[in-house]
Amino acid sequence: MTPVSHAVEIRDLHKHFGKLEVLRGIDFTVEPGQVVCVIGPSGSGKSTLLRCVNLLEQPTAGKVFVEGVELTHRDVDLDAARRRVGMVFQQFNLFPHMTVLENVTIAQRRVLKRGKAEAERIARDNLDRVGLSEKAASYPAQLSGGQQQRVAIARALAMNPSLMLFDEPTSALDPELVGDVLTVMRKLAEEGMTMLVVTHEMAFAREVADRVVFMDGGVIVEDGPPAQVIGSPQHERTKSFLRRVLDPTHTDV
Amino acid sequence: MTDQPIKAEPAGPGGTPPAGTGLSPRQRQQISRAVQYVVLVAAAVAAVLFVDWASLAQNFAKAEVAEQALPELFTIALKNTLIYSVGGFFFAFLFGLILALMRLSPVRPYRWLAIAYIEIFRGLPALLIFLMILFLPLALPGFEVPGDLYGQGILGLTIVGAAYMAETLRAGLQAVPKGQMEAARSLGMSYGRSMTTIIIPQAVRIVIPPTTNQFVSLLKDSSLVLFLGVSGEYVELTKFGNDLASTHANATPILVVGVTYLLVTIPLGYLATRLEKRQGKGR
Repeated sequence: MTPVSHAVEIRDLHKHFGKLEVLRGIDFTVEPGQVVCVIGPSGSGKSTLLRCVNLLEQPTAGKVFVEGVELTHRDVDLDAARRRVGMVFQQFNLFPHMTVLENVTIAQRRVLKRGKAEAERIARDNLDRVGLSEKAASYPAQLSGGQQQRVAIARALAMNPSLMLFDEPTSALDPELVGDVLTVMRKLAEEGMTMLVVTHEMAFAREVADRVVFMDGGVIVEDGPPAQVIGSPQHERTKSFLRRVLDPTHTDV
Repeated sequence: MTDQPIKAEPAGPGGTPPAGTGLSPRQRQQISRAVQYVVLVAAAVAAVLFVDWASLAQNFAKAEVAEQALPELFTIALKNTLIYSVGGFFFAFLFGLILALMRLSPVRPYRWLAIAYIEIFRGLPALLIFLMILFLPLALPGFEVPGDLYGQGILGLTIVGAAYMAETLRAGLQAVPKGQMEAARSLGMSYGRSMTTIIIPQAVRIVIPPTTNQFVSLLKDSSLVLFLGVSGEYVELTKFGNDLASTHANATPILVVGVTYLLVTIPLGYLATRLEKRQGKGR
């Protein structure tokens, strides 16, 4: 093993759902502090790839390492490994029967065994970070989608993860609420968080990402700095995808 | 008859009425309604004329006999009915939850066991279960249900109730969105921890309305402890009413006991409806 471990390392990852081959041999790494955006058409396997990083999906073949620990090893302590990996979902997945504060403290208390006072202090710090400290006593149903997603980010951050996974975090939001969430994510990136983001927000990818990965048909087609992958894509598939995303009213049907 | 009407009738606002009747749908509905009322009134008149009201009141609503039922109706009979049904409900809920979790377990033998239990005990009459409990000491010499007759009654209701409760709770557990488990697991919670802190609390909220109805049905089934041969301090409402009716050779206690059941079940029914409505709004 390399002496300096990557934040994420994936080797020859395959994933089948029945006969459907969603991932067909993915190799890639994320270095500590990097922000990597994964783009690609729907069904390209980008969400599945992300979900394989914290093993919400069990890969069919291949290896996944997070900070040098092999998560695909059969004797790994997955729960312990997942504590280091925060995950933000498209549908927020806040716990509806708990207040915002309880959402952000529950895992700290039950998993990290932090005391009540400490957990609440950390929760309030993180709610402050996402601009929602005044919503601590609300229930998720009382919040807008953008607010719910920011709480979900605070909930993940309260576990002090070294890596954050974002699975299309703004896709379920009304357009005017997208900006709040992206601003929080940009701030997080500037603070040096390692981030792996599946997104359709090209402006975010272009401005915030260190690297952009374009996936199609279960493989990585292009991987490089945003100026290269989005600015001057080499492959025809990337070009046609970007044309459709950046100029949807002039797409060839 | 030809397709072409020979004499053009004046068309109503709804267009030409169907041939033959000459009546609009509203008129036909009125006539039908009038016939229904006539039948109802006739039935009521017949009841007033032909039923021997004096004898009925004498047999079903005799005040002196009704007074005999007090205060034991509440201090013993209702109290015991509530002990049997609340106890049965408590254990049926616990056991049902375990069965539901087994039913959804990735471990195949657990699933088989749960399915077998549910299929068997959902398909048997509750009375049969109570008769089996009655013969339990013969089948297992030396075995005794703890808690005496209370224990036996509660055991019977638990066996029956758990099978239904398991299916209700399974539906509740499955109604919790998959993302909840994923969110909990991605925060580093174990499967068991995710179940107890995230999934089960939400599932229980979802099943509160159907569970309230199940309590009502359990309360009614508690009358079957009659067949365990309860007596004295163990009698519940039905047995109590039956005994008193035999003593006085009068049916009044049956009516009194019936009303007592309704005093509990009707408010519970309303409660279930209200909880259901509130749940529809929430979330």
